Amino acid sequence: MKAMLSPYRVLDLSDEKGTVCAQILAHLGADVIKIEAPGGSPERSKGPFVDDICHPERSLFWFAFNRGKKSITLHLESEEGKEVFKRLVRKADIVVESFSPGYLDRLGLGYPALKEINPRIIVVSISPFGQTGPYKDYKGSDIVIDALSGYMYLCGDPDRAPVRVSFPLAYGYAGAQGAVGCLIALYAWEITGDGQHVDVSAQESMSEFTLMAPMFWNTLGKINMRSGQFRGGTSRRTRDVWQCKDGWVAFGIYGGQLGGRVNKELAMWIGSEGLADDFLISVDWEKLDMATVSQEYIDRIEKAIGDFFKRHKMAELYEGALKRGINLCPIWTPRELLGSVQLKARDFWTQAEHAELGISITYPGSFFKSSAISPRHLVERAPLIGEHNNEIYKGELGMSASELSQLKEKGII
Amino acid sequence: MLESVFKGINIAEFTIFGLGPVTGKLFSHHGATVVRVESALRPDPTRMWPPYAEGKPGLNRGTFWAHLNTGKRSVGLNLKHPKAASVTRRLIEWCDIIIENFTPGVMESWGLGYEELKKIKPDIILIRISNLGHTGPHSRQRGTGSTLQGLAGFTNLTGWPDRAPAFPYGAISDQYPPPLAAACAIAALLYRRRTGEGQYIDLSQLECSIPFLGPHILDYVVNGRISTRTGNRSPCAAPHGAYRCKGDDRWCTIAVFTEQEWDNFCQVIANPPWTKEPRFSSLQKRKENEDELDKLVEEWTLTKSAEEVMTLMQAAGVAAGVVENTKDMLSDPQLTHRDHFPKVNHPEIGTYVARNDAFRLSRTRGDIKRAPCLGEDNELIYKEQLGMSEEEFLNLVLEGVLE
Repeated sequence: MKAMLSPYRVLDLSDEKGTVCAQILAHLGADVIKIEAPGGSPERSKGPFVDDICHPERSLFWFAFNRGKKSITLHLESEEGKEVFKRLVRKADIVVESFSPGYLDRLGLGYPALKEINPRIIVVSISPFGQTGPYKDYKGSDIVIDALSGYMYLCGDPDRAPVRVSFPLAYGYAGAQGAVGCLIALYAWEITGDGQHVDVSAQESMSEFTLMAPMFWNTLGKINMRSGQFRGGTSRRTRDVWQCKDGWVAFGIYGGQLGGRVNKELAMWIGSEGLADDFLISVDWEKLDMATVSQEYIDRIEKAIGDFFKRHKMAELYEGALKRGINLCPIWTPRELLGSVQLKARDFWTQAEHAELGISITYPGSFFKSSAISPRHLVERAPLIGEHNNEIYKGELGMSASELSQLKEKGII
Repeated sequence: MLESVFKGINIAEFTIFGLGPVTGKLFSHHGATVVRVESALRPDPTRMWPPYAEGKPGLNRGTFWAHLNTGKRSVGLNLKHPKAASVTRRLIEWCDIIIENFTPGVMESWGLGYEELKKIKPDIILIRISNLGHTGPHSRQRGTGSTLQGLAGFTNLTGWPDRAPAFPYGAISDQYPPPLAAACAIAALLYRRRTGEGQYIDLSQLECSIPFLGPHILDYVVNGRISTRTGNRSPCAAPHGAYRCKGDDRWCTIAVFTEQEWDNFCQVIANPPWTKEPRFSSLQKRKENEDELDKLVEEWTLTKSAEEVMTLMQAAGVAAGVVENTKDMLSDPQLTHRDHFPKVNHPEIGTYVARNDAFRLSRTRGDIKRAPCLGEDNELIYKEQLGMSEEEFLNLVLEGVLE
């Protein structure tokens, strides 16, 4: 199949910290082999599970992030396992790993050792804090990275603790950044013929979520605060999360040209239902300057808008906003996402059969569309533990059946 | 050391706000010539966003814009001028990659749709980033990441279960397209080297974001469950949260997953009797009695500074981290060691904080230079790169084509 990265092979040694990185490379067409410890990757112990039955072949975490990969098993810590891995590295272009910094070096499989075997090899290491620095050996977890990246402080209600997003995002985002780092290295390799080590920090990745906050401190000496349902960091307090009849919608008042058009459309909509009071009608939207207008004035506008939203359901508000070009989005859950006519029209969702479980599952599809190539539609489910052992060990490395069964007996494969 | 991986790669940005510019920045940090095609008559609104240097507004004084556009070049071009087409044509012939993130339809209105671009430069790589993609019934809906993160599902997952969702600062769904778009663009360069073919890549902010919530989506698809915001709790850890520490609005996160980590945690807090009570004897029990557990943990953290809590816990192998505010973040020892926020000098802003990549390459480290003033590189790009004569250049300036 024509694909952008089809000539390249990736060995994915990673757990939940690097799995998304390797999957992005698979989406772009690379041949990705997941190397699991015998018994299965630790990712398989992460929930949720199909029917809530905790089992390594039922992990939805595994299903989501390992489609498009092949799976082989290998005990990396044994001498024979190391030799088998080195044979695989000779034929590979990229290794993605997310062990604690220094672990692979201690096994004799760090970047310097792999470079000796294959000078072209690119090793992508994804870790909580990076391979160097005073926190490199600190224990990470999603909430800890969110905290140390400066992002968590900015989210939540002012009268309670700062919050993280209730789904782990740090390692997935580090994976996206790792994919870029990896491809820059791959491009450099095409020019110079040399590989290199790509050192990705989840802390640095998540810190990007703080957007303009560093500028507020650096320029004005101002620390942005968490502000509940309001947008923090702007000169005036403006609401972003609004209650409606059956849920919540996201909408913000802007000044300037954009706000002039959007706010006016909304005011006309409110007026068309006979709900705009004299005050709302009197607002000169084009001249509304968020830097100089008083907070009280904004609060009055927001009161009128809030009353209007409360009378309508999410779907009504979204439909009206789409029709009028208003920057309003309903606050959706997966149920509404699955029903999105836009995603359906773009053929976003894909199906994969899970014959072993007797079910077919709808998955999020590719993150891009290309005019030249059909993005590799990941129509297959994620692999079972060691599903491709025969294909890779026998077919590619030329192991005999007895060699393979010996390695199995020793617990190496 | 090879500093400039993308030396000789030319990129034109027809961009606005964050999605396009952050994508281009991943190339300008690694040696590509990345040109923002701008207009003083219709500038990128982000150029006028606060905070400004010394509080004084100005097109070249917005520090956030400068933060998002490090290492780039800027040319002024009035795309609505009838004579702009011939300049644009030469610019496109010069380009390897075009990055654009206007509302679908805007580039077409300038005669710069993919088919037109391909006629000028058959192997052009066009990267288009928009809210909802370039096809489909809602493709032309305008919007911002701050509301789109609600559509993608992030807002509903932020905050406390007994309250309204909290606004996730900034825009989470704005974060995903730039690295994914840059990855696509590099993959497309590699593809072009092999096949000689260019391509057009259409990225939707919504579709770039959803896969990162994969297991959350599948939980609904397979199990019919819609999990919602849980404050700081995790189904597989307790204690797990941000705990108040000594000082004003100081917090430290602690995450205890395994029984070994629980033992280590108890050791750090000097094994008070409550830690031995049956109600906390297993993860399941701790989850059942989590409200009381959190109160007891906080009684201890309140006696220490957030930094002390982190250091003591980490020394015992328990994941813990200070909830850093922006000031803490900018002086964080780890981020400082990694030079995550290098300082650069700008003629109008003075010294400001830029942002490094989230990765370090061992051989091709890259370089971070300041952002340009509007139209600063007109001579360099139009004359040196596109080969305009002095006379032609001056005429186009006088006619208001070049700004």
